[in-house]
Amino acid sequence: MTTTEIPFLLELVIAFFLLIGALVALLGSIGLARLPDFYTRLHAPTKASTLGVGCTLLGSLLYFSFINEGISVQEGLITLFLFVTAPVSAHMMAKAALHRRVRCVRRTRNVPWEGDES
Amino acid sequence: MKHLAYWLPRPLFSLFLAVLWLFLMNTVSIAHILLGLVLGVAIPFITQGFWPEQARAGHPLLVLRYVRAFLWDLLCSNLVVARRILGRTRHLQPGFVLYPVELDDEFAITVLASTISLTPGTVSTHYDAAQHTLLIHVLHLEDEEVLIQQIKTRYERPLQEMFQ
Repeated sequence: MTTTEIPFLLELVIAFFLLIGALVALLGSIGLARLPDFYTRLHAPTKASTLGVGCTLLGSLLYFSFINEGISVQEGLITLFLFVTAPVSAHMMAKAALHRRVRCVRRTRNVPWEGDES
Repeated sequence: MKHLAYWLPRPLFSLFLAVLWLFLMNTVSIAHILLGLVLGVAIPFITQGFWPEQARAGHPLLVLRYVRAFLWDLLCSNLVVARRILGRTRHLQPGFVLYPVELDDEFAITVLASTISLTPGTVSTHYDAAQHTLLIHVLHLEDEEVLIQQIKTRYERPLQEMFQ
């Protein structure tokens, strides 16, 4: 059985979003591997989980809205939940690291526990 | 009336949960509407002890404008951070910035901190409630003052308008 025929243009747009999403997720992983310390590494996943997942979901939304002939809202909900929960986990990790005074690269400016604040 | 306020501490939130349930199931049937309503009543009732203050939403138009600005910044800062990651990481200049918060509303501060965390390149690490400061870790810090001004005009002012 063949699936419903998708217009070529829509196919292109969906593929574009999926590829961009995958690319951004890849960049996030590269960042996770390359960046020098814990704090800078926190920045990479926020990137992958916002733009990367956002683009992938946009592609998925377009595809399923067309296939099922009705707007598929679940992708929107996933995005919403992700945007609400991602900062919380990043915040908790950063807080824990601050509390334990996890070492950061030497050139980091204004390190809070080195006494040049307040 | 008192009983109603006791059992339904947040009527709007209850309605939101019920609609959310229907969206999650992607079907509209009597059974799911009832189940959604039960969840909508039960969840706020059980969790109300954890969040004493009412979350208020601002004018929908202001919220929409804020979301639009936020999405645009998300896109731009993603590109900037992507370049930084692929470039020479040895030249990165990470740093902490102490950001003075002017907002009073706890919910607004939460939104501000989340916005800062979600835009790549900045992560909010610690909020000092006594001194009203937010400690932000920045991937590549060029000018503290510029960054603080940017956050102030782009996010904090609109939030202030919204929650006034």
